Amino acid sequence: MKRQAVIIGGGPAGLAAALRLREKGIRDILILEREHFPGGILRQCIHDGFGLTRFGESLSGPEYAQRFIDRVRAENIEIITDCTVLDVSPEKVVTAVGKACGLLRVEAQAVLLTMGCRERTRGALATPGTRPAGVYTAGVAQAYMNLQNIMVGKEVVILGSGDIGLIMARRLTLEGAHVKGVFEVQPYPSGLPRNIEQCLNDYGIPLHLSHTVVEIRGRDRLSSVVVAACDERFRPIPGTEEEILCDTLILSVGLIPENELSLAAGVRLDPRTRGAFVDEFCQTEVPGVFAAGNVLHVHDLVDFVSLEAESLADSAAEYLLEGSLPLCGLEVVAGANVGHVIPQRFSGARSFTLSLRVRTPLRNVSVVLRQNGQEILRKKMRKALPAEMIQLPVKAEKLSAEGNLEVSVE
Amino acid sequence: MKRTFTCIICPNGCEVEAEYEGTTVLSVSGNLCPKGKAYVTQELTDPRRTIASSVRIKGGELPLTSVRLTKAIPKARIFDAMEEIRKVTLQAPVQIGDVVISGLLGQDCDVIVTKNVGRKGDQ
Repeated sequence: MKRQAVIIGGGPAGLAAALRLREKGIRDILILEREHFPGGILRQCIHDGFGLTRFGESLSGPEYAQRFIDRVRAENIEIITDCTVLDVSPEKVVTAVGKACGLLRVEAQAVLLTMGCRERTRGALATPGTRPAGVYTAGVAQAYMNLQNIMVGKEVVILGSGDIGLIMARRLTLEGAHVKGVFEVQPYPSGLPRNIEQCLNDYGIPLHLSHTVVEIRGRDRLSSVVVAACDERFRPIPGTEEEILCDTLILSVGLIPENELSLAAGVRLDPRTRGAFVDEFCQTEVPGVFAAGNVLHVHDLVDFVSLEAESLADSAAEYLLEGSLPLCGLEVVAGANVGHVIPQRFSGARSFTLSLRVRTPLRNVSVVLRQNGQEILRKKMRKALPAEMIQLPVKAEKLSAEGNLEVSVE
Repeated sequence: MKRTFTCIICPNGCEVEAEYEGTTVLSVSGNLCPKGKAYVTQELTDPRRTIASSVRIKGGELPLTSVRLTKAIPKARIFDAMEEIRKVTLQAPVQIGDVVISGLLGQDCDVIVTKNVGRKGDQ
């Protein structure tokens, strides 16, 4: 079959993109979702705090998702669930397989990559030790507890201070588990300050910075972990080892955009974001293939995922209706203290939103944009943390049609 | 007295430096909006939090639905609130906004459903 737009993934990015495409007059949209229900990871994020930017109220993840799902249903946008996309070709042929739909082959004019991200696992850390039960990534523990009503353990150690790990520290405590501590290899937390406050400090859960788990022990079930202090190059310091008895280890050690399908489509990835190289239209280097949300770069707030997906859809609609988008021949360069930037290319002719993260925590700094050596924008910040994505609107009238843009935090 | 608070009202997570005498806030700095001062005042007089949890569903397409509080309750009552929520079992179907417990612990606060769960077998 043929579709104007095929959206891969029915999470927050995919749903928001579908609705905006429809608003822009695109009739022929198909969303393919791997799970039985749309909504993506929001379904298991039952804590509140979602939607403050978007709706001006504090919603739980399922409520935030439902607002989009209801509108997708009301608009009669086609969505196939229980359907896994197997391949996307550079010619934008999408191959999928599902319980009800069987084998699908869809020729798309535009493909929207909104697959989200997945968690780094124990394998990626290469932590020594045995391989007992009781070691979970934070999101897996969250799915067990919030979707399946399965309690994961009683005596818990958390490795990594990512936001999901912090949220799970609180959730496990509320459900009667004893969270003995959160260990973070870096000298600063990787989650948001408000989550350190309301998930750890509120419950007296200690956060040990510059510490990691150096050994996992246990035969059938986890029986203990060994933790140690680390130096500035993350190497454990001999003599600082301490054994902590526990039956559960939760890993919250980073998220990786899930880009296997993007690679199959011939999309080139940025090693810094692990997502696609995109221009200001969220278009990858394969014309007609777009990416937004956590598959492009990991966000800390879903509100920004929705906004980015809507911006993608504005561009994808223009691509479908006009046949092409303006050329983006200029580069956005990550300068001093900047870990990565999105987009990586721009046209110089239009306004766009720049997203970036700093490499280390900084205080009393400015984000500075320069083109051809000229400063075109400066934003002061009291604090800039790697945990917080920084977004800046860049106005077209400030830009010139020639010269790369350098972004630095100084 | 001086203390730094991390405001939890929004994702900005402002570090609010507050000078206070007992429960009276003398000055605040570092907050991007007036909510920062209100938060510090609340923290000094009567710290409150919302919580989210889940409740069992009978005959549902899922074993659980999620719930949250409509308003913050005193921080010291969080585990009492969890006890009350744990007692509840609902019958499918449930809808977002359904009130599970009204006036939780005598507070001006309800526990509401935050996920639609249909009956098992229904489409």
